[in-house]
Amino acid sequence: MLQHMSSIVWLLIHTVEEMGDRVARGRFPFRLSIFFEQTERTGVGSIPLVSLVSFFIGLTMALLTGYQLQTFGQERLVPALVGIAFTRELGPLMTGIMVAARIGAAYTAELGTMTVSEEVEAIEAMGIGPLRFLVSPRVLAVFLLLPCLVVISDVTAMTGAALISRWAFDIPFRSFFDIALENVLIRDIIAGTVKSFLFGLIIGLVSCYKGLSVRGGAAGVGDATTSSVVTSITTVIGFDTLCNIVIVALFDK
Amino acid sequence: MNDAEKTIVELRDVHLAFGDNEILSGVNLAIPERGRVVILGQSGGGKSTMLRLILGILKPTSGGVLFKGHDITGMKRRRLNQMRQRMGMVYQYSALISSLSVRDNLSLPLEELTRKTRAEIDKAVDEKLAMVGMTEARDKMPSELSGGMRKRIGLARGIIMDPQLILYDEPSAGLDPVTSSVINELIISLSDAIGATSIIVTHEMESAFKIATHMAMLFQGRIIASDTPENFKSSTDPVVAQFISGDTIGPINEGTAKP
Ligand SMILES: Nc1ncnc2c1ncn2[C@@H]1O[C@H](COP(=O)(O)OP(=O)(O)O)[C@@H](O)[C@H]1O
Ligand SMILES: [Mg+2]
Repeated sequence: MLQHMSSIVWLLIHTVEEMGDRVARGRFPFRLSIFFEQTERTGVGSIPLVSLVSFFIGLTMALLTGYQLQTFGQERLVPALVGIAFTRELGPLMTGIMVAARIGAAYTAELGTMTVSEEVEAIEAMGIGPLRFLVSPRVLAVFLLLPCLVVISDVTAMTGAALISRWAFDIPFRSFFDIALENVLIRDIIAGTVKSFLFGLIIGLVSCYKGLSVRGGAAGVGDATTSSVVTSITTVIGFDTLCNIVIVALFDK
Repeated sequence: MNDAEKTIVELRDVHLAFGDNEILSGVNLAIPERGRVVILGQSGGGKSTMLRLILGILKPTSGGVLFKGHDITGMKRRRLNQMRQRMGMVYQYSALISSLSVRDNLSLPLEELTRKTRAEIDKAVDEKLAMVGMTEARDKMPSELSGGMRKRIGLARGIIMDPQLILYDEPSAGLDPVTSSVINELIISLSDAIGATSIIVTHEMESAFKIATHMAMLFQGRIIASDTPENFKSSTDPVVAQFISGDTIGPINEGTAKP
């Protein structure tokens, strides 16, 4: 476990170093075409899944909490509850899990297959740094696009919650969003954003590391892909908990 | 090898172990410039590993690997990458980038490592494809090619940067006899055409004698013989003699062969 952690940090450092070498020679560190291919896959390609799942989770959350709160006549708390929960916690977490499963698995399988067929080694043997060439555009794509997906997740979740609240608890759209915005603090938004970037980085690094360290042919690629998804998701949840503890300890007294 | 010949690669007492498993235990070998050196050895004997050491992909546990007089074992990555640009590697299973077309596979190192213009790159790609007789495959994907064709593209990629040293890992393994001969002839003509030194790793004797100007035998982690092909043929060393004749009884499989 610790060994993996240090290997992943090692991967990050060496990738940055390779990129630095490249920039020092006056060249762009990676191919923009590969970067845009990955952003398209990671970002645009994940929108349907992320928005669909978030929409239903937001809706369900509003419905369940609303019925509980209604018994105390407090169903007007629903918008604040869903708003805070998503911007600060569920948006980054759910999106992180979905992207780990969808994109992390793809990165690992792709790089793993390339490792097994010696393509990665061939790139290294040519003197083209494989880390800057293969890893940097992928990590950067998921690092930059996860926060965008989180915004989409937050918005669709709120939409789902607003729709059901209007139907079940007679809260008009306009006042749903007004109440939500009144209660979501800048602090929640910052916490959510920081988490999003962090989770993106974790997913990118873990999945690339797992791909590049594949051993043992096709079966090895399968094992690495499974392990990549499991590790990404547990690491994301672990860091989420850590962030929450830090935030609560520092700000929420 | 006479002293007037320059050496381009030198392995000095190279030891390499993966965990407790020592693969190379004191390899000494000097590769003369412009030669075609065939390294013979058993499967799993560490031949590919030796090529990886020369490319600096693996680091020896101890010992030195010199390319043009520079020890690459402790070299910084940036310097090492510059050294690698003067070497070309032809992989046993070609190792073409499967997501790129043949043309993009060949132009990749030129685009990444040189400041050549598009037109110069296209010209170099066409030239190298013509040298291996694969001009018509230019816009194909690697998955559309047969093993022999892929091998030829691998050859073309190996020489795309006009390297001073070309490394071949089992170039004729797994090919039919005719294709295998074609590859052998290509190896000879390519190294002449660009004036490069070649190191060819193989366990196929027929190809070996066709290509070699110099031979070396790797056995139990050491180079036990290094000589001209003629002297190799008439070698009295029991290991070399058994390897060349392909006998099942001899020192190579001592203890495993049934009399
Ligand atoms: N990365 C590695 N990790 C552990 N063992 C390895 C590695 N690469 C090669 N080996 C082992 O080293 C030995 C020599 O391999 P190799 O150089 O590929 O042999 P050859 O090319 O002569 O058939 C084999 O027993 C192989 O299992
Ligand atoms: Mg081999």
